[in-house]
Amino acid sequence: MAYRSYILVCGGTACESSKANAIYESLLNEVDGQGLSEEVQVIKTGCFGFCEQGPIVKILPEDSFYVQVTPSDAKELVEEHIVKGREVKRLLYDKEGSKKHAKVEDIKFYQKQFRIVLRNCGFIDPENVDEYIAREGYSALEKVLFEMSGDEVIQELRTAGLRGRGGAGFPTWMKWNFTKQVKDADQKYIVCNADEGDPGAYMDRSTLEGDPHSVLEAMTIAGKTVGANQGYIYIRAEYPLAIHRLEVAMAQARDYGLLGKNILDSGFDFDIEIRLGAGAFVCGEETALLASIEGERGMPVPRPPFPAVKGLWGKPTVINNVETWANIPVIIMKGGDWFSQIGTHDSSGTKVFALTGKIRNSGLVEVPMGTTLREIIYDIGGGIANDKKFKAVQTGGPSGGVITEEFLDTPIDFGSLQKLGSMMGSGGMIVMDEDDCIVDVTKFYLEFSVEESCGKCAPCRIGGRSLMNILDKITKGNGTIEDIEQMKEIGHAMKQASLCALGQTAPNPILSTVKHFEAEYLAHINDKTCPAGKCKSLITYNILPDLCIGCTACARKCPTAAITGERRQVHVIDQAACIKCGACFETCKFGAIEIR
Amino acid sequence: MAAGNNENAFSRELISFIEAWRNKPGNLIMVLHRVQEEFGYVSRESADTVAYMLDIPLAKIYGVLSFYHFFKTTKPGDHNIQVCLGTACYLKGGDMLVEELGNLLGIGVNEVTEDGKFSIEGVRCVGCCGLAPVLTVGKEVFGKVTKDQLPGIIAQFS
Ligand SMILES: Cc1cc2nc3c(=O)[nH]c(=O)nc-3n(C[C@H](O)[C@H](O)[C@H](O)COP(=O)(O)O)c2cc1C
Ligand code: SF4
Ligand code: FES
Repeated sequence: MAYRSYILVCGGTACESSKANAIYESLLNEVDGQGLSEEVQVIKTGCFGFCEQGPIVKILPEDSFYVQVTPSDAKELVEEHIVKGREVKRLLYDKEGSKKHAKVEDIKFYQKQFRIVLRNCGFIDPENVDEYIAREGYSALEKVLFEMSGDEVIQELRTAGLRGRGGAGFPTWMKWNFTKQVKDADQKYIVCNADEGDPGAYMDRSTLEGDPHSVLEAMTIAGKTVGANQGYIYIRAEYPLAIHRLEVAMAQARDYGLLGKNILDSGFDFDIEIRLGAGAFVCGEETALLASIEGERGMPVPRPPFPAVKGLWGKPTVINNVETWANIPVIIMKGGDWFSQIGTHDSSGTKVFALTGKIRNSGLVEVPMGTTLREIIYDIGGGIANDKKFKAVQTGGPSGGVITEEFLDTPIDFGSLQKLGSMMGSGGMIVMDEDDCIVDVTKFYLEFSVEESCGKCAPCRIGGRSLMNILDKITKGNGTIEDIEQMKEIGHAMKQASLCALGQTAPNPILSTVKHFEAEYLAHINDKTCPAGKCKSLITYNILPDLCIGCTACARKCPTAAITGERRQVHVIDQAACIKCGACFETCKFGAIEIR
Repeated sequence: MAAGNNENAFSRELISFIEAWRNKPGNLIMVLHRVQEEFGYVSRESADTVAYMLDIPLAKIYGVLSFYHFFKTTKPGDHNIQVCLGTACYLKGGDMLVEELGNLLGIGVNEVTEDGKFSIEGVRCVGCCGLAPVLTVGKEVFGKVTKDQLPGIIAQFS
């Protein structure tokens, strides 16, 4: 049955936290109250990506885009928009002060995006398999089951040029082919890597929450192609909503005969089981992940043999990342040629990034490979928040590096980012502004890697710790000029001698920042200052006498009573008592507190 | 919880969950998750019971428990406040939230208030980076949190 209007409410984790569920309920009530349940459908979808402005409500067919909606707005939306056909201007997304264009296609955030992976996120109810099917869902599986041979599927992926989206960018067709070619295995496995360990990235979570069937369909396709009957989804326990949606999707797929025994009467059996991660970053590494599914401590083992030939319980195993999986059904339906036209020669298709940090529009963006960083940060992301100055953008998480202003016009693909000393990684893209201290952020990443090192091999375990100690020394003002050389030496040794990519890439944040921001390191080392005003041991808070009007606000906020001064008199900070909490700085309305 | 007054007793549901998983390879982590879901942590007594039910050495269980950060071996507060310390949240002052919560509750990270009500934990990205800084209490997520909102959030659960 077709409805006259559709009201789409974002039901991703981010929006749910801002009461999207209550909005959904209120909208249902209002529609019901108006007796419109037959004409208007309210749907809870996956993430729209524009998290900064959430919770988001979209009304079709007008394509009106309402932002920062609250439950109490439901009445007005239904009475005005649905009943009277008048848009509620007050809630439309307002760009540059003009409220005229409220259509999704007019919003800059979406203009340069191109959605393959996120094709269904924000369009369908992820808990309803019919909606997935209505958008060509499971047609790719049907095609693979009845019309294509395994070799044809692999050839299609090869033509497409799809490379793994989990970080390393390994050609997907090759992995599948290795597994397919193993002839004497009594069992093979398909695994989906949904461990998403990079802190500050949530592409995979949103994909699973918004379109779980796309991953199930793709895994089943792989099962048929390489001859596997069992799949596992290894997902972080920290993602309860995604786990729930996967469980719902799996149950519905089984009901429809799209999963389980004798799929679509083809004689092919395939089922999937969920296995939970337990908060160990290293378990994102494929061999550690497989150990974890086996119920062991998740420690990497040397490759080769690669999982494709000897993986889970020693059997040939195809392991791919969530985003890689989500591309597969589209490639089967539209063809490898179509896919290979998108993106660059080196990297075809699109990439989803989680754009966060000091950016005006945080959110999830999907762009064709080859889009420049500048387009993502300025055209899509709207530039730096609060009119601050851009400092650097970090990609690749704890394994990646920073990219500075002068390289912002580089078209993004696997090769170009690596050349810049960073890497694609899984898609975290963190923007830093002038207030962020590069040494401090580097220390943050190192701390992460050291904490997450499994400790199996010495270069990573000991090298990481030594690097941490040096960085700590520098941020405390005790660094020496030799430290920089020493960090480089340790870093290069770790890169060469560590067993797995965690240890091999852990020094990247240091090597890249030392190269691009040497001056900032030297300021910490030689001048004992932190130009960004972040490293507590190196800064003092001071009151500027000509700006202080003696309002006493800061003195009342200071937790150690370090600030003294009469009303209407210039105040002073007792440096001996100051704990550098920054409360005065945040409180002063007159900009009279200076960080030195 | 099950009959009897042993607070460590496994519920019927938990027992049948373990039964269902008993013969599946690689079941240990899934079972421990389920135990932690029921008790909020995995106590020594619970670990003993799991060892007995799955017929595996206790040492193996502690090997796994200590490797994975997600598992707790001590009892958290009734309301465990998890502050995200992922990159996006760190840049927006997640560490300051931890500090301020510590001041307000008079406890440090991974400690429990005397009345057993609250505990503070620093966690990795919870996947709402667009809302940084983020904290979660139970199933509820709070985004774009400022220091000033913390007393209100605590009061909500007191
Ligand atoms: C320390 C470490 C962490 C990783 N974390 C992830 C992760 O969270 N998600 C992921 O898909 N791949 C991760 N990988 C990459 C996997 O090892 C593997 O390359 C990937 O699952 C392969 O899938 P793809 O070919 O589809 O990219 C990680 C690798 C390392 C070394
Ligand atoms: S490099 Fe680090 S994480 Fe990888 S195996 Fe060695 S110690 Fe473990
Ligand atoms: S970094 Fe905090 S939610 Fe992602």
